[in-house]
Amino acid sequence: MKTLAFLFLMAMAAAANVTPALAAPAFSDAASAGATAGDSFSNPATETRARALQRQLRCLVCQGESVDESNSPFSGDVRHLVRQQIADGRSDQQIQDFLVARYGDFILMKPPLQPDTWLLWLAPFLVLGIGGAVAWVVVKKASARAA
Amino acid sequence: MTGELGQLALCFALALALVMTAAGLAGTRPDAAAARRVATSSAMGMLVFVGLAFAVLTYAFIVSDFSVVAVADHSHTLKPLVYKISGVWGNHEGSMLLWVLVLSLYAALVAALQRGGERLTSGALGVQGLLAAAFLLFILFTSNPFFRLDPAPFEGAGLNPLLQDPGLAMHPPMLYVGYVGLSASFSYAAAALLVGEAGWARAARPFMLIAWIALTCGIALGSWWAYYVLGWGGFWGWDPVENASLMPWLIATALLHSALATEKSGAFRTWSLLLAIAGFSMSLIGTFLVRSGVLSSVHAFASDPTRGFFIMVLIALAIGGALALFAWRAPTLQGGAAFDPASRETALLLNNVFLVAACACVFVGTLYPLVLDALNGTKISVGPPYYALTFAPIFFALLLLVPFGPRLGWRRSDLKAAWRSLYPALGLAAVAALAVLAIVSPRGLAATGAFAVAGWLIGASLLDIRKRKGARASAFAAALAHAGLGVTLMGVAGTTAWRSEALTVLAPGQTMTVGPYTLRFDGVTREQGPNYIADRAHIALMDGARVSTMLLPEHRFYPAEGQDMNDTAIHTTGLRDLYLALGDDRGGGRFALRAYVSPLAPLIWLGGLVMALGGFLSLWGRLRAPAAEPKAAAQALAAE
Repeated sequence: MKTLAFLFLMAMAAAANVTPALAAPAFSDAASAGATAGDSFSNPATETRARALQRQLRCLVCQGESVDESNSPFSGDVRHLVRQQIADGRSDQQIQDFLVARYGDFILMKPPLQPDTWLLWLAPFLVLGIGGAVAWVVVKKASARAA
Repeated sequence: MTGELGQLALCFALALALVMTAAGLAGTRPDAAAARRVATSSAMGMLVFVGLAFAVLTYAFIVSDFSVVAVADHSHTLKPLVYKISGVWGNHEGSMLLWVLVLSLYAALVAALQRGGERLTSGALGVQGLLAAAFLLFILFTSNPFFRLDPAPFEGAGLNPLLQDPGLAMHPPMLYVGYVGLSASFSYAAAALLVGEAGWARAARPFMLIAWIALTCGIALGSWWAYYVLGWGGFWGWDPVENASLMPWLIATALLHSALATEKSGAFRTWSLLLAIAGFSMSLIGTFLVRSGVLSSVHAFASDPTRGFFIMVLIALAIGGALALFAWRAPTLQGGAAFDPASRETALLLNNVFLVAACACVFVGTLYPLVLDALNGTKISVGPPYYALTFAPIFFALLLLVPFGPRLGWRRSDLKAAWRSLYPALGLAAVAALAVLAIVSPRGLAATGAFAVAGWLIGASLLDIRKRKGARASAFAAALAHAGLGVTLMGVAGTTAWRSEALTVLAPGQTMTVGPYTLRFDGVTREQGPNYIADRAHIALMDGARVSTMLLPEHRFYPAEGQDMNDTAIHTTGLRDLYLALGDDRGGGRFALRAYVSPLAPLIWLGGLVMALGGFLSLWGRLRAPAAEPKAAAQALAAE
């Protein structure tokens, strides 16, 4: 099912030719503008929460845009969904889990920490650590030579 | 006829590139003066022929010669002249030709300046020739810009409207001068490995600086373009294509610092060579990512798998060959400089550790999703939150250490004295942090920290500039570049923390407020551009009851391409941007309008400019100085 949904999205992305998706005019789609202009929460804290959550979600039919920025119909729908679920009192985690179940990990801007992403999360610090250790040895040797 | 002239010119250029390779490499032998002369003149000849091919293609675009495929697919008679010209590199074939043109320019520059002795120069020319030959083959066999169409269409297909923009007209050439500029230090490094000659770091430094300046400007320009074109006020999205330009910049920055140590104190000899190889490798990988269609985005004109394959083989050969040469020859180089832990060498080493880790972060973030997908079909996205948790802390730590470097001397220095001399900068950092806490709400740890670090950087740079008045240009240049980092940091922190926005549907005559601004919507008019039709909103920025400025955001439709585009309107005070994007028609003269107030946004690009200025100053100092280290100075340094 997940694969099927993904294939469908890929086909959509191909049909939309991707580039126009990036070039699409700001909020040409009524639903998307509605999501921010129309059904924005009157409580500023809830609105901030919704916006933060939207920024954590990738627009699957665009290139490198979050659901919050994008103007695609897809993002409009997801924004609507997010807001509906917030109104229903669900937590951020519940909403994210729901979207991941529906669209896969690809929708999360922040990659999950799981066995096949450990390397992704650790690599920068691994390089930093190894680099630091090498630098330590180099400096030690150099100062031994200097002495 | 002209197209065939271009084709012929490319073939001649290829022949000359091959001659240059053979003669250049032969010229690394001490007694081969004749070969060296041949290498030098073929570098000049290659520039002439690649330049000719480029001129021919440009001419075809200017006169709209639609019998050339590249022109027919990417141009249109109604396009303004400037975008006909920028259309030359607004497509895959032409952009690869521009790539080779820049490569030839650097080869000619290497030949003309003859820095670092004739054997080293000759070797560098040989490697540069090999690179040029490989890319010319790539162009001729997979990306020929001179292919003909028969019959020629009456009208061209037009250029993606996103690319019809002054910022993006300049962005690719600028970025290519940077990307390809790293080929010169790559060639010098390879030549140094072949010839076993020291002094390459000094010889290649102007090329590193030119590449670094161009990369800095190119990245800033690309970020500025994204800011005003994409319509949501963002300046950096950690998009793979943006990352592809950031990686070479990070390595080039590391190289500039490491090569300085190599040149001045003989430290990190092999490491600098490796960085020079890595820098250009990042450029090649960037080119591959952008050009192969692995990433589909606005930049990826090419989605032809043969091209991707060709570039991949080319990269594998270039990087693999260079690394093999390195593995073979590097052990023969004498290493082992002597310096104290408290010395500029240590500072530069730390700089490199952090920059390489930052680059690793971007590298993994960009390529990991591709690899994971290929391995087990898992799709993940690596977006801004990943970089906020990995890149940001690493870079932040680097920025904290920056002020120490310039105040530590070579070999042996006094860390305590350096720390004491930084007290005023520490004071400025505290003042900046307190000011942020006192004046601005909402209060945030990230913004406060960022301003403290910015104050720290700028304060230290001001101290450097004051103390070293009348000193060498290089010290002043470093201070400027470091201050630029602080300025950019303030811009990034300011916009990220304090941006306010409003999205409203307005009928003519209605007003809206965003941040401190009041805006009155005066309706929308239909305008006819040279090759587009626009809905132009007339928005009055109010000062009480008086109109202070009119802002005109547009929504354009390009009939030839069948695409829409936003033209945002930005009103800037230099410290704060008011940013307007026009939305869709809601009927009855009502339109949606999106407005942002971005405090300090202009500082992001101003900082880039300051950094580039520092680079220019350093370059200027370098080109005035003699190309070879004066013997006396070198001996004095050795005797210390």
